[in-house]
Amino acid sequence: MHELGIVFYIIRDVKEAAREHGVEHVKTVVMNIGEVSTVVPEYLTDCWRWAADKEDLLRGCELRCNLLPALTTCNACGAQYPTVQHGIQCPHCGSKDTVLKCGNEIEIKEIEV
Amino acid sequence: MDSVKVIEIKKSIFESNEIDADSLRGELKAKGVFLLNLMSSPGSGKTTTLVRTIGLLKDKLRIAVMEADIDSDVDALKIKEATGVASIQLHTGGMCHLDAEMTRQGLDNVPLDGLDLVILENVGNLVCPAEFDTGACCNAMILSVPEGHDKPLKYPLMFQVCDLVLINKTDVLPYFDFDLEKCREYIHLRNPKARVIPICAKTGEGVDAFAQWLLEEVTKWKN
Ligand SMILES: Nc1nc2c(ncn2[C@@H]2O[C@H](COP(=O)(O)OP(=O)(O)OP(=O)(O)O)[C@@H](O)[C@H]2O)c(=O)[nH]1
Ligand SMILES: [Mg+2]
Ligand SMILES: [Zn+2]
Repeated sequence: MHELGIVFYIIRDVKEAAREHGVEHVKTVVMNIGEVSTVVPEYLTDCWRWAADKEDLLRGCELRCNLLPALTTCNACGAQYPTVQHGIQCPHCGSKDTVLKCGNEIEIKEIEV
Repeated sequence: MDSVKVIEIKKSIFESNEIDADSLRGELKAKGVFLLNLMSSPGSGKTTTLVRTIGLLKDKLRIAVMEADIDSDVDALKIKEATGVASIQLHTGGMCHLDAEMTRQGLDNVPLDGLDLVILENVGNLVCPAEFDTGACCNAMILSVPEGHDKPLKYPLMFQVCDLVLINKTDVLPYFDFDLEKCREYIHLRNPKARVIPICAKTGEGVDAFAQWLLEEVTKWKN
């Protein structure tokens, strides 16, 4: 399952950060999750609960997800538009020559200790 | 009092993988071994294409194959039986992709010193493998005709990260509304530099062009 794999990467990076800062227990991990990042926040928090409770550092630790909007820029007319609503085709000029500007983030924002 | 301290991290989960991937690529460069990462949807013809391609190249290059599968070794056996080259099975333990760390673990079971080319058959999936750099020197993908020509629009990242796109199963073109020219256009929208080669792994048509491309890339890598 996709989200469980992601959880293992989060645990790896949080462990490393905790070691650097000499932290013994983490209360909350705050994530930035882009709207088109392929991660479903509810699945992520479910997998998190299962995996995090197996680690002393993370027992009972909550995973919070901030959802970030996805925006696409059109190379033909320069417009910026919400990706989820319109997909790959620019709603202003109809061009398919567009690039995703943001919205695919899977990022650890901060931890609360 | 129970005070809470916030530590800012601001780190993408892909970051460590990218560092691992770059260091693996550096080691492969030093050894003169070329690693090709081959991706596609399930059943698009990766194993069939590899059998054909290895048949054309095995007198010119020393080759091994790594088959990544969620849970079976059918493909690794097929490669070994059909071509005679070494092939190993990597079990991903349920993961939907391979990352650089898993690729490195797989390579630990391959005798790299006697090889020119290692081909990695990635997990059949158009989403996650595109997000994780395996440390390969080139990425290639196979799109098969029955999947439709609009896949580059639906899975843009996969086409963006590939240096080469093989369009397989051209023998069934008469039965599908697959538009080869539209497909090329959509691929180049996502990645203007991608090379596109139509092939039929069943009959072998076009596979020589892929083999030639691979031979040139391996030669470039070793110099
Ligand atoms: N008609 C036709 N069938 C093909 C062609 N290439 C492969 N096939 C068939 O497609 C099916 C899947 O081929 P594989 O080579 O196993 O595909 P794969 O991508 O390795 O599959 P997975 O490893 O399961 O994801 C098999 O039945 C092949 O015989 C082709 O060029 N034309
Ligand atoms: Mg296969
Ligand atoms: Zn536009």
